Amino acid sequence: MSSFTDYIWVFVVGGLICVVGQLLLSYTRLTSARILVLFVTLGVVLSAIGVYEPLEELGKAGATVPLTGFGHSLAQGAIEGAKNEGILGAFTGGVKATAGGIAAAVVFGYLASVFFTPKTKK
Amino acid sequence: MKQEKTPEQRQYEQKVNEMMPKSRTGFQCIKAFISGGIICCIGQLISDVGSLMFTFTEKSRGAFTSIVLIFLGMLLTGIGVYDKIGKFSGAGSIVPITGFANSIVAPAMEYKREGYILGVGANMFKLAGPVLVYGIASSVLVGLIYCIIYALGGKA
Repeated sequence: MSSFTDYIWVFVVGGLICVVGQLLLSYTRLTSARILVLFVTLGVVLSAIGVYEPLEELGKAGATVPLTGFGHSLAQGAIEGAKNEGILGAFTGGVKATAGGIAAAVVFGYLASVFFTPKTKK
Repeated sequence: MKQEKTPEQRQYEQKVNEMMPKSRTGFQCIKAFISGGIICCIGQLISDVGSLMFTFTEKSRGAFTSIVLIFLGMLLTGIGVYDKIGKFSGAGSIVPITGFANSIVAPAMEYKREGYILGVGANMFKLAGPVLVYGIASSVLVGLIYCIIYALGGKA
């Protein structure tokens, strides 16, 4: 179980990552899809050079819940795969590490389309 | 002529300044900070509660948290609440993984009327597809670079 201070760090780290997104959104007029792509790639790069790991230790879910954390999981999976299985692992590692999230997104997305209809826009 | 125009211009400038996103950006950043922080705290809570209920490894705990958050993102998008949250929080609702779920669920629902295969199936990843393309491709690249580093006997 995490302590109260842990939660404060989660809040601060997660919040700050979102502020970076907001600044990009406000000042560069990037669309949200581009920001998502940018964030996941940024997560991969920061993770590869070893910057994201300490951030994760400090911010826990604050670092893993934003999409940069998704990139971090991808990169760590690929690095671990490369370490254990060589080139094959470099290909399989990233997706393996994030398979749960990707499969969940597919399944829940499909289910949502079955059960929900979009609200009519005004 | 000049004197007559100046107050108008001033008024106009004042109005422009009021409408300018600068001060709004500051406020919007605070909203993004708060909502993003809250979503991450919910994630931490899910992770903590999950660890009490199940025995997790470090990895499966992260996967569990992602899956639950994606489920919540889907549910809130489905009932139309996520859009309202998004209006308030801006990037605070886009950047977390629930925003990723939202980017899948929204087109999935939208394209339902074009059928389940070419509508939902084909368009579901319209927004999230690029994320996976760039995320996975760059992770493979990183993996390959590390392969070379390990092959050269570099640091572990």
